[in-house]
Amino acid sequence: MRWGVVQFPGSCDERDALHACELAGGEARLVWHESRDLDGIDAIVVPGGFSYGDYLRAGSIARFSPAMEAVAEFAAAGGPVLGICNGFQVLCETDLLPGALLVNESLRFVCRQVELQVAGETLSIPAKHGEGRYWAPEAMLDELESNGQVAFRYAPGHNPNGSLRDIAGVRNEAGNVLGLMPHPEHAVDAMTGSTDGLRVFEFVAGALA
Amino acid sequence: MPKARVLIRPKEGILDPQGKAVERALPALGFEGVEHVRVGRMVELEAEDPAQLPALCEKLLANPLIEDFEIEEINAASSAPTNP
Repeated sequence: MRWGVVQFPGSCDERDALHACELAGGEARLVWHESRDLDGIDAIVVPGGFSYGDYLRAGSIARFSPAMEAVAEFAAAGGPVLGICNGFQVLCETDLLPGALLVNESLRFVCRQVELQVAGETLSIPAKHGEGRYWAPEAMLDELESNGQVAFRYAPGHNPNGSLRDIAGVRNEAGNVLGLMPHPEHAVDAMTGSTDGLRVFEFVAGALA
Repeated sequence: MPKARVLIRPKEGILDPQGKAVERALPALGFEGVEHVRVGRMVELEAEDPAQLPALCEKLLANPLIEDFEIEEINAASSAPTNP
């Protein structure tokens, strides 16, 4: 299996993402933002960081990069795409995922371990963001809920940013694009505590099986 | 070249913690009776073809899901700054 991790000027979590992809199985390479080359790639990761300095709005400029144009085509053809933190913001700005990420309710950058609920399991994953408050109009939220598109929810008491309905991550209707604010790529090695993050990468890899 | 100023505001009904923080800070500085503070963004530009501006705003300058925008075309007579 081959993973492609997009890298923008200002990305900072792409290296940990590469490592997590490889631990989950297969080879991983970086895709520079100016490149449209996704040759041989089975799954895409749009990583965390501060692409383009978060200028204008976080993720707003990345959507116009050649790499994201190629990722949009890849996603339209059903290819799996995982967006983490800034990657989630980019996917929402690109309209590959519904909703938007706003500044944290506390106005503080949060950096702490949070518990996420996903498909009946609880994962312990670090959150590290200043603009992670998930927002969508009420009607859209109701639709997401009824379609089963809320993929990750903060466990009670663990919502670090005021996200509506404690939403930590969503998937698109087709189910091939997934985004979350917390960082599974920072929870893959016992040295840093939880290895629950690996489950997220394994899930994406498994989706191709 | 025609100048324009775009005001980008968070949509009504969306929690604006920046606006709230500013609002709460004002009494401590001695300014009472200021309410409903909302913080947005302002972009000034010069455009050969002002007809492009609405599309440009929809596509990049604002996120229409969470923001409203207003385009002001600035003519030469009114473009001087008003700060003393």
